[in-house]
Amino acid sequence: MDILVCVRRVPDTSENDIELNSTGNDIERDDLVYSINEPDNYAVEEALQIVARVGGTVSVVTVGGEDDEEVLRREMAMGASHGILLTDVAFAGSDGRGIALILKTFIQKNRYALILTGVQAEDGGAQVGGMLAALLDYPFASLVTAIEVLDDKKLNVTREIEGGNREISQLDLPCVLSIQTGINEPRYVGMKGIRAVQSLPIPTYSAADLGLKVEEVGAAAAKLKRVDYFVPVLDKTAQMLQGSREANAAEVMELIVAKGGLK
Amino acid sequence: MQGHSLVPEITFWLDHGRILFLTIHALGVAAFAYIVWRRLVPLVRAERDFRFDHPLSRLRNLAQFWLGQWKHPRYKTAGILHILIFSGFILLAMRAFTVLLVGVSHDFAMPGLTGRVGEIYETSTDYAATVVFLCMVFAIVRRLVFNPERYQVPARFGKAHKGDAIFLLSLIAVLMVADSLFEAAKSAAMLQTHAGAGFQSTFSLPWLFQIALQSRSMDDLGRLCFSGYLLHELAFYFLLCYRPFGIQFHVETSLFNIYFAKLDREVLKPVKYGVSDEQIDQVKSFGVKTFEDFTWKHMLDFYTCADCGRCSANCPSHTAGRPLSPRFFTTKGRDYAFQHYPMFRKAGNGRALIGSIYSEDEIWSCTTCGACEEECPLLIEYIDKIVDLRRGLVDDGNVPQSLQKPLKALESRGNPFGKMEKKRADWANGKDLPHPVQRLDRSPGSKTLYFVDSVTSFDDRMQSIARATARILQAAGEDFGILGSAERDSGHDVRRYGEEMLFLALRDHNASAIRASGVKHIVTSDPHTYNAFRHDYTGVPPVEHISQVLARGLRSGALTFRPVESGTAVYTYHDPCYLGRHNGVYDEPRFVLDAIPGLRRVEMKRSRDRSFCCGGGGLMLFYEPREDERIGVKRVRMASEAGANVIVTACPFCMTNLEDAIKVAGLEGKMAVIDLAELADQQIARNDRSVESTSNEIPQECAVGR
Repeated sequence: MDILVCVRRVPDTSENDIELNSTGNDIERDDLVYSINEPDNYAVEEALQIVARVGGTVSVVTVGGEDDEEVLRREMAMGASHGILLTDVAFAGSDGRGIALILKTFIQKNRYALILTGVQAEDGGAQVGGMLAALLDYPFASLVTAIEVLDDKKLNVTREIEGGNREISQLDLPCVLSIQTGINEPRYVGMKGIRAVQSLPIPTYSAADLGLKVEEVGAAAAKLKRVDYFVPVLDKTAQMLQGSREANAAEVMELIVAKGGLK
Repeated sequence: MQGHSLVPEITFWLDHGRILFLTIHALGVAAFAYIVWRRLVPLVRAERDFRFDHPLSRLRNLAQFWLGQWKHPRYKTAGILHILIFSGFILLAMRAFTVLLVGVSHDFAMPGLTGRVGEIYETSTDYAATVVFLCMVFAIVRRLVFNPERYQVPARFGKAHKGDAIFLLSLIAVLMVADSLFEAAKSAAMLQTHAGAGFQSTFSLPWLFQIALQSRSMDDLGRLCFSGYLLHELAFYFLLCYRPFGIQFHVETSLFNIYFAKLDREVLKPVKYGVSDEQIDQVKSFGVKTFEDFTWKHMLDFYTCADCGRCSANCPSHTAGRPLSPRFFTTKGRDYAFQHYPMFRKAGNGRALIGSIYSEDEIWSCTTCGACEEECPLLIEYIDKIVDLRRGLVDDGNVPQSLQKPLKALESRGNPFGKMEKKRADWANGKDLPHPVQRLDRSPGSKTLYFVDSVTSFDDRMQSIARATARILQAAGEDFGILGSAERDSGHDVRRYGEEMLFLALRDHNASAIRASGVKHIVTSDPHTYNAFRHDYTGVPPVEHISQVLARGLRSGALTFRPVESGTAVYTYHDPCYLGRHNGVYDEPRFVLDAIPGLRRVEMKRSRDRSFCCGGGGLMLFYEPREDERIGVKRVRMASEAGANVIVTACPFCMTNLEDAIKVAGLEGKMAVIDLAELADQQIARNDRSVESTSNEIPQECAVGR
């Protein structure tokens, strides 16, 4: 089964102190460390595990610039056999629909049985997977927590429903799935793996290569525009308990129950 | 009484039975040779390991650890018992050989052991056989009645092999009895024919037998002599061929295992022997994944283990009930070798070790404290094997999720917390430092570098060690600076957690930053960093731990201490593994403590090279193995038992682990931890008293007048 995983490079939330820039419409991007969007790792790991069971290839694709090659290589070090970079100055500033359109055009030129995305981008809104499926007119399932390949035409997918119940759905291939984090334990990518894929070629495709009309994508075509960005003010709701250990424990229990944490 | 003086009346069978004895010899030797050859099969398939250099140092090791039995007295009863048995065996080896050869040629005498020398030798071996026999009896009783805890096998590691141990001990006792019987029967016959004077060796086993046999007929003596001889032959060859199937193989292998033992034990094994760091990219697979990925010496280690349990008895991981226990780590390796390299069937190989005999949690549980290696009388190596297995896990991407984040942060930010590089020197800002610390990344020129390392730079609590260290260096008049944002993690534990390539990147970055700074000398307050610079880095200036700087300053008079104010505090020093065991720095920290006037210090039972790990530093902070009780809690209890209420340590990780352990053990207010640098900083006699009070609270009852 040939699987395509759509990935993205985002500022690493665990390794940055996110601060607003002076104009207040974005974060201060100097000194930021970028890395693979964490949920995408689960999608790639799942693709690798499917291929290990039923055979096939795993490709990873991203929309972005030269810097974004880094995340493709990281996923290739994980085990993906191909990395594809969709890059064009015209792509800059695309909203979720724009990204989905660029990906759709690329996918239509290739044959993938299964397209996976992470559940959401850490700096995004979990839009692209659904829109991509709609644009391709493929079946779509979101928040997938298990995949069972039935044959080369059908899949069963499990989704977790609010409250802990599970639901199993059947989809025809090709389809798009957004993969919930926690579906697996993504493997570690070490320095050795990254160095081993350092010189592998990564083909790039521009708007012209894909046959995309420039006016359909990019900032000008975006139907969603960011108007503000702010860091919420820290509220002083933390309560310090000062009593003895036993008294504190009792009070913590009371508070948890009072706030509805335990029923 | 000499071995070759035979009495024809009762030893005629030696002549007649020559064919029988020759057959036993030939079969015994052939079987042993075959078994050893089969045991060598995996060693030939193993990874290479350069252990043939420095023959003189290796011979010295042999003299000290093999012949000298150096490590044995660390356990008094078992140690003395073993020394007695070992010396007995050494003495008896020649006699056993002579007795065997008598079967081939009945007037055989060992060259050099005739005449007066021979007599002395015979007498001493009579006693040796007696001592060995008594030791066996004692050892069997010890196993049966006292059954020391370290011989027991916890259920999770399988069944105890008490039966096998007693069987082997009994066989040796039988060998001694048979040998003595043979000698005694001959001697008794000689007394009867007045051909000899009998035994000189009063109260020895042969002497006792001789008295018992004095009045027997010549026929009886002949039969007894024959039986003793045959029993000796059979027991000898049975033992020889049975030993390679269990714990007594060390009788043969220990000589080689100690000769080939690692000489530079603190330098971690390279990914592959003979492959330089520059060529490392060409190595396809890192670490140990299958049994054949071990080096031949590591396999020899498995064969050599005597299952004495000293390693595990001292292992913090085993003691805390983590899945790792060095003794069973080794016996599992040996069992694998025996099972997959059988005597008669074809050798099967290539199975993954993780998931079959070892678990991931087991391999990540090791704190690399080195207690097992310090204890092992046979110089078995553990840390290299654990690190090699971790390298294999890292290579396959099998890294626990909790370790992936810090490793990735180390790659992108140079510290395990993912903090920004520019904030690395933030600890040095603020009022607590009377004089600013020189930033070598901005203006090089200092003579000494204080290499702070990651945790001390970023952890709120540990930053106080950094400030104390800086103030000590200032008080001692050192011309020093820090690398600031140019410093990366030393990579010490990155390497020990199996991420060799990331370690190399960190090392190369630091080494070039250090060279660019032009310093002549490095100081650190973290023993892990100290160990990294001493053993993992090359081409960097010499390194000192802050305890050594303090000791130097005190000796030269550059530093003096004022007396302790607290009257009830009793201090004990906890040896950090990477300062003590791995680098032998035991005395300087104690010298520093004892230089503080009025300080009362006690030693814990487990101190110096038997120090008990705090629970593990470096990346162990991010990994929590399954355990029954925190390692640190055990350590805090040991301090309490020693009568101390302040633990002084000299490592940021020890301090954090022990501080946490005090809370877990519910000893808050009764026990405190302080870093040596913090304590020294408080006590240094200065004119300006601008010393920060650390977050560490000396227990109230001992903080009188503070």
